Parts: sequence; structure tokens; C-alpha cells
Amino acid sequence: MDNITLAHGSGGKLTHEMIGGIFFKYFKNEMLERAEDAAVFAIKGKRIAFTTDSFVVKPIFFPGGDIGKLAVCGTVNDLAVVGATPKYISCAFIIEEGFSFSDLEKIVKSMADWAKDAGLKIVTGDTKVVGRGEADGIFINTSGIGVFEKDVKLGAEKIKPGDKVILTGNIADHGLAVLGKRKGLEFESEIVSDVAPLNKMLLELTKKVGGVKFMRDPTRGGVATTLNEITEGRKFGILIEEKNIPVSENARAACEILGLEPLYVANEGKAIIVVSSKNEKKALSSLRKNKYGKYAVTVGTVTKNNPGKVCLLTAYGTVRIVDMLSGEQLPRIC
Amino acid sequence: MIKYIDEYRDTKLCLSLAERIRAISKKPLNIMEVCGGHTMSIRKNGIQKMVGKHIKFISGPGCPVCVTAISDIDKAIKLAENKNTVICTFGDLFNVPGSISSLAKERASGADVRVVYSAHDALEFSKIEPSRRFVFLGIGFETTAPTVAASILEAAKENVDNYFVLALNKTMPGALRAVLDDKDSKVNALILPGHVSAITGLGMYSFLKDDLKISGCVSGFEPADMLSAVYILVEAHEAGRVILENAYRRAVKDEGNTKALGIMNEVFEPCHVEWRGIGMIPGSGLKIKNKYEKFDADKNFNVTVTRSKENKACLCGEILRGAKTPADCKLFGKACTPENPMGACMVSSEGTCAAWFRYSE
Amino acid sequence: MCWSVPGKVVRVEGNKAIVEVAGVKKDAALDLLNDVKVGEYVLIHAGYALQKVDEKSAKFTIKFFKGIRD
Repeated sequence: MDNITLAHGSGGKLTHEMIGGIFFKYFKNEMLERAEDAAVFAIKGKRIAFTTDSFVVKPIFFPGGDIGKLAVCGTVNDLAVVGATPKYISCAFIIEEGFSFSDLEKIVKSMADWAKDAGLKIVTGDTKVVGRGEADGIFINTSGIGVFEKDVKLGAEKIKPGDKVILTGNIADHGLAVLGKRKGLEFESEIVSDVAPLNKMLLELTKKVGGVKFMRDPTRGGVATTLNEITEGRKFGILIEEKNIPVSENARAACEILGLEPLYVANEGKAIIVVSSKNEKKALSSLRKNKYGKYAVTVGTVTKNNPGKVCLLTAYGTVRIVDMLSGEQLPRIC
Repeated sequence: MIKYIDEYRDTKLCLSLAERIRAISKKPLNIMEVCGGHTMSIRKNGIQKMVGKHIKFISGPGCPVCVTAISDIDKAIKLAENKNTVICTFGDLFNVPGSISSLAKERASGADVRVVYSAHDALEFSKIEPSRRFVFLGIGFETTAPTVAASILEAAKENVDNYFVLALNKTMPGALRAVLDDKDSKVNALILPGHVSAITGLGMYSFLKDDLKISGCVSGFEPADMLSAVYILVEAHEAGRVILENAYRRAVKDEGNTKALGIMNEVFEPCHVEWRGIGMIPGSGLKIKNKYEKFDADKNFNVTVTRSKENKACLCGEILRGAKTPADCKLFGKACTPENPMGACMVSSEGTCAAWFRYSE
Repeated sequence: MCWSVPGKVVRVEGNKAIVEVAGVKKDAALDLLNDVKVGEYVLIHAGYALQKVDEKSAKFTIKFFKGIRD
């Protein structure tokens, strides 16, 4: 393939190939190669988590949120899933000539509100304006720094067969909320994006409950892709049960209409948590106390079988592989 | 609950249907599921494993993307290179590789290619931007062809002169005959496409029973629909009967949808057309009648395609005819994956190879 | 396959129906069907209502399935 296509940005296999083939090739270092949502390192003996993310969502205002809320929560969650407490974030705007001041103000206010909600400060930033057509409205980049209140160390290498896989709530809402407002694909529903800052919920979990091995937020590429990222190249597999996967009826219906699979649709306010089976119940009850984790459920188990793979037990007792997203998920007619 | 879907996914019901199938299935039976949607449902729900060892499913030619000739894909790509031209396509065709490019790659290099949900949406786009030319890629079988025809009638009624259709629609009976008449064919019975039949009705299948002596049963796409169709076919097979049945009565009437057929026949007429992997099938294509040639992309754009080429090792042809399975193909899962498809069956999510790849165990 | 979903007609506006599938509403063009009424179920395919879903047959089918079962 000579040029980058949109599929390279979909979070699926092609994204992974591009990251491995170009970025890792040149930036090669042990911290980067852990390929986690945030890098964790120590400065003068103090552990710090650091991450960055860019936001290019279309439309910029969607049911349940906007690009500003997304930019804050995305970075907050990337820090939270490595066990850190987000403290400071930066923001950089690339704005297309002609963008309205009132929209910009709405976005910035939204960022301020959600930063406050998440308990962090936006401390530095940058603005660039480009000519008409050189960007699409507005793009935002945020980077964030987090500290560790408790010395939690998470990592996929800690995962063992028998561990449980927890999902903190209904899936596919964000992707569908955004898609439902795109030209030509519009549908009307109660579906709102799940975009939310998960730091308080996850901090409470790692503080109070032992046995948490690994956390990740299943954004682009959906739950299926994130689970595959966890098992890739490992000596264990993950078996999820179809009947336990939480999807709202609305989201299920929207997926039926457009021919999409909920497991591959993006989320912005969910975490996948791998926890020892001994602590499964405690973890669930801790998560369910938080409004963003009310519907947390165990969706699967870490297995010795099928190492490196994610499998799904269907409602009919058959087992099949769940692959990573390939290409963009496009609405289809056949 | 999603009415008319969830009842047909009921676990207990499906498990007991499967049990009944296993109880009566004694003789080997090769069932061709004609439609790509059926292939998906079989793989996604593990139906092959539910029905016991005597029954083997063979995927048929019913994935419109997979059977679109590579030269037609190349033509669509060429159209995308025209100035001031917007290509509107169903998502299904977007990533399909032609000889050297794909619509996705063309978009990456600057072409205006838009994924739409409906031919109607493409027509709406053309009304909003009257100074640009919009070409809708008309793929699909009898289910989709009437929707494309309806968009052309609407364009004619409203005098839209920047809306065009590249007519690649195909019809089912000729392809079924071609596949089943093949000497390699191992097919004993057919699961017939549910939504094609919703339009066409059952009449067009009578040759299966009368000429070819092969049983067919129309089925919906939910697991209980498919299992009941399998049950009906197994029962007939064990009794040595040849049947033509309808297990999808909530959507398929004997006479089909006569209004939709009328619209399709108003705009289109049969033509000879090449099916990828099968070859030329007389009368199995749909071309736009002269009366509506104003909307025919073939006649209004000067597009010539130089010789299109396929990968020689690709077995899509044999797989589409049911003569081989993806497991027989040297490229499958190695050189040919959903990210980097060599043949059509890997591209469409309901293509046989993609379904095997995605849902294999 | 020809992806198609059954939904309930909640409104008819000229040549267009608003069809609801478990709380999600989507437009469907009515070019291919006559006399579509509010409350009826139709199959939607590529933005068009393709065929009405026949409630009696649906009930019959379920009974038939259960008959096979018992």
C-alpha cells in the first residue's frame, strides 16, 4: 500500500501495522514498546504517567458530548487505565480559518468543565490557524501527566489463566452517537456518547481492591480490538461470553440497521479490567458504586487455551474467534 | 426486545432445532447456502457445529461484492478519476481491490468517494450540488436492484441531470444454474436467499425442482430461521423427496413484491454479464434501458478499462462455485487477509473467505 | 446477503416512512410498496421499505418451529 488510507486510522490491524512498521521502527525504546495507553517512568524516584492523544471527531458536537469533552476525557482515561491520577494536561488547537468563535468558546468551556470534574488543570497550550480546507473545522491535541497515589503496577504480563475480564458498562454508544449524525447515515435515537472521565472510578478500584492486573479503555476498534491487543503475542487467550456482553437495546438496534457489530464500535467512557478471580466480586461492587460503572459485568475469562487469541462463546454453545477490526467499519447493504 | 429478530435467536429454540436435525440426519448432505448473509450467520453462530457431522455447508455465489467482475471494479475506479465527479458507493464495495487500486486508495489520493447507505442518498447529494456529477455504483441482486431503479425513476421525474448509475446489478437464477450445472458441483440442496426471494417470490426457483432435481428452501437470516430450513431440507433428503419450500414466510410471499419487480423491469433489462470466478452468464445482468440512458454512467462517461488481471493462485472462482473451500487456497490467511485481500471473497465481510477468516476457531 | 432489518412504521410522510427498530428511528423510502400503514412492520433495505412483514406468518413460523421441537 503506497498511501495512508482512513483505515490506517481506524485503530484496527492496519493502524497496528503502521505503528509497528514505522513508529516503533524509528522510535524504538522499551517504554514505547510496551504499547500501553500511557508511558510510565520515574523521575528522581517518583513514578509518573505521560500520554498524548489527538481528536478529530466529526461532527464536533454530538449527542452526549463534543470534541472538547472528548479531548479531556480521552487523555484522562489513558492515564487512569495505567493506574495513575491525572494532574495536568496541555491542549493544542488546530483551527480552520472561518471557524466560529461561539463554537470555539463552547468547546473550550466544555473542556474547562470536564477538567474540573476530573480534578485536573489545563496548564499549557498552543493555537494554530490554517487556511480554509487545510483542516476540517477544529482538531485538538491533549497531553497529560499523572502521578501514582498508590504504587500500583499494572501490566499484561501479570495476567494469568483464570483471571476475569470485566467491562464497566454498555458498549458501542459513542461510535453510534457520532455515526448517527453523519450525513447520509442519520438515524434518530436516544443513544448518547458514553464519553466520561473514568479516573475517580478506577482510582477507587485500584486503591481498595487487590488483584487488578491490567486496564484499558476500548476506544477505536471497540472491545474486540482492545481484547486482541491484550492477548496478542501472549501465552494466554481470552474467552468472552456473548450473552454477557452489555449492549443497550437501542445500540443493538442501530447496529442491526447499519450492519455493524457492537464489539467493533468505539467507546469513550468504558474500561476493560482484568482482575484475579478471587477479587472479581469486590471489583464489580467497587465499580458499580460509581455512576460510570453502574452496569459493570464480567464478560469473560483468561484461558490457557487458544493463546494469543480472543474467542467468543455464542448463545448456542459454539465457540468462534473474535478478530481485531480490519479496515474501517462501514455500514453495508449486503 | 427487537421484534421479528430476537424470537428467532432464542437459545432454547435453536438448541432444540439443532437436536432434532441431528436426530434425523443419517445420510451425508451438502447444502449450499446461496447467500453471503447465510454464510455469515452460519459462521457467526457456529451453526455448522450444531447440525452434526453429516451436513456440510458450501458457500454459494450470493455475495454481490464477491461476484462483481474485477474489470467492473476497475471501471468504477476509473470513473473516480474523472474531474468534477463524485462516486457514491455502498460501504461494501469501498475496499474491494481492482487490478491496481481500490476506491479507498483513490479517495486517499484525492478522489471524492462517498459511502452511502442508499441510492436515494446519492440522488439527494446530486440535487444539493448540481454543478458536480454523481455516479452511484449499483451493485446487488434482486433485493437491491429495485432500490436503484427507484432512484433512477425519481431522478427522471425531477429532471435531475447530474445523477448517473453504473449498473452492475445481477440476478440470481442464471448464477444458480451455472453453479449447479457445473460437473464439479457437489451440492444436494440449497438454502435460498431470503431477501432476494422477498422481491422475486418463489416462481423463479421452479427449475431447481423440475429440471435439476435439487431441493431448495428459502430462509431468513436468524439462527432459528436457518436451522428450520436445514431441518426441512434434511427431512426431505432422508425421505428421498425433492422439495421447494419457504421457511421465511413472514417476509417472502409466493408472488414476491410485484410493485418492486415492476419498477426494476421498467428501468432495467437483462444483459449478459461476467461474474467474478464464474465467468459470463447469459441474461444474468441488469442494464439500464435506452429510455433511461440519460442516467447510464456507461453511456455518459468515456471509460475504457485496459485488461484487468487477477492473482493466478486465487481460488475465489472455485470457492464461489462451491468446488473448493478457503482451506484449499494457498493464499488464504497468508498472502490474502481482510487487510490485504487478493480475491473478492476476502474483501466483503460476508465473502466466504472473510467469514472463514473472521469466525474460524 | 442484502442486509435488511424489520421495523415498525411509526409515521408516514408522503413517500417516506419513519420506521422504528427498538427505539431507533430511520427513514425508509416507500417507492417499492403500496398502502403502508402506521403500525405495520416492514423490512428496510438500503434506505427503502422492501416488503411488509406478515404477522400471521411470523406467528405461524414460530409455532412451526416449536412443532419441530416437540
